[in-house]
Amino acid sequence: MKITDALEIFSQTDPGVVRSHNEDSVAAEQSCGLVVLADGMGGYNAGEVASGIAVSVVSSEISQALLNASPADVDKSGGEELALLLLRDNICKANSSIFNAAQSQPQYSGMGTTIVSALFYDNRVAVGHVGDSRVYRLRGEILEAITRDHSLLQEQIDGGMISVEDARLSKNKNLVTRAVGIDAEVEPEIHVHEVMVGDIYLLCSDGLNDMVEDEDIGATLVAMQRNLPLAASQLIQMANDNGGRDNVSVILVKINGKFSEPKGWLAKLIGWFQE
Amino acid sequence: MAAKIILSMDGMVIKEYPLNKERMTIGRKSHNDIAIDNLAVSGEHAAIVTILHDSFLEDLDSTNGLEVNGVPTKKHFLQSNDVIEIGKYKLKYINDQVTQTTAADFEKTMVMRGPVKQAAPATAQPAKSEAGESTGRFDTPRPASPAPASAPSAKPASAAPSVKPPSSPADANQHVAVVQVLTGPNAGKELELVKNLTTLGKPGLQVAVLTRRPQGFFITHVEGERFPSLNGVSLTSQPHQLNDHDVIELAGVKMEFYYKK
Repeated sequence: MKITDALEIFSQTDPGVVRSHNEDSVAAEQSCGLVVLADGMGGYNAGEVASGIAVSVVSSEISQALLNASPADVDKSGGEELALLLLRDNICKANSSIFNAAQSQPQYSGMGTTIVSALFYDNRVAVGHVGDSRVYRLRGEILEAITRDHSLLQEQIDGGMISVEDARLSKNKNLVTRAVGIDAEVEPEIHVHEVMVGDIYLLCSDGLNDMVEDEDIGATLVAMQRNLPLAASQLIQMANDNGGRDNVSVILVKINGKFSEPKGWLAKLIGWFQE
Repeated sequence: MAAKIILSMDGMVIKEYPLNKERMTIGRKSHNDIAIDNLAVSGEHAAIVTILHDSFLEDLDSTNGLEVNGVPTKKHFLQSNDVIEIGKYKLKYINDQVTQTTAADFEKTMVMRGPVKQAAPATAQPAKSEAGESTGRFDTPRPASPAPASAPSAKPASAAPSVKPPSSPADANQHVAVVQVLTGPNAGKELELVKNLTTLGKPGLQVAVLTRRPQGFFITHVEGERFPSLNGVSLTSQPHQLNDHDVIELAGVKMEFYYKK
């Protein structure tokens, strides 16, 4: 199955009930199986600017690069798949763009953004992220976060200082330890996961997972998996019903079929004739 | 404003200590930040580690141990109004930072640069100034416990508690909502709507969900060519609020929604 047919993608973003403007940005490139979400920060409209730059750099550069290449191609020098390389390089590129804009224009000083991006290819997904925007995976009835926040709270959980249950009571939420555009360099975290038919991937900003319990996110996805637009608006509505103190963005990707990369010249030739 | 510890014995306040250092020690010896000259207290009895707005208590292998809210403990994540007991002494932990979460700015995501260890003092600065500013604005004493369980749902959204509201919002109707099947083989069966989301129908054929919201229950069509009907009228794709004794028809089965008195 071609990737465009194998994936069903729906995204939605909402300012929430407290904030006047939306500093989140989302993008989806169905043709190459790419989704990107960013949650900006910074005064006035700088947050929107930062998340907007990040999303457009990553989505346009990667989709451009994949016009003439496959994400499963192996880079000759590094021995790494192109998918990983593209995610890493372009998150770094977004970092430089934002950092330089912030340096040159005083009103953008100190702006930054989280980013999470997922590139689907060859029955796998490469996920790159910086900050506390997440990817969850629903497989069967089990919802699991497949990214780990770059946040003070997550570091405290990892260090055994605080339990996951206690973390909900923490007053140190919203402190990210890594962000795009704050420093001259950034190190994105990149992982590859196997994908199964029926999986649903949820990319979200912390406006969702701070306001809605994982259990309710999971129940919503299970109940509404055949209707992604409804699931997205239900998630946003739950965040807003619970206070909606932050912008809420969600991207849902449902795997409706296998999308393996043709291997070997014969398979490629057949694939070429089938198109 | 930093969190603080109020030291008292037999109901008499002895002294207040602001938690203005990353690590404050409690013990009998005079070099402790909170020195308690009593033989029941170990030389270095316990420490409170504060990271921005959170404080953690740990027992430093003291001879007589300590209790928090009457429970013996070695390590504890302090919540405002917790009472630490060491011998006859009580140390009450007060952290009214919760009030500042009403200041929208505080909710905003901030970045900590570099490794946490080094970054903590640097970022503590702006955080503190914000805290000062907002506690200034909200310095009216608050009811003691902002515990999530007690968060009343009647509160306007702007005064939302700092923690997630409980997953079961105690909606205006305190009664349990129920769906009772009226026709078909399951006629008479009751389903209590205890979750925020309840699925009805048959996957692949016709599915609707009942969602609990602060203002009540809603029915939404999820899948299937036919839409469910409510009191004989077919629903649209929009969520529809349910009233007491509404009759839902879904996949050929009639059921009644009502609040158990």
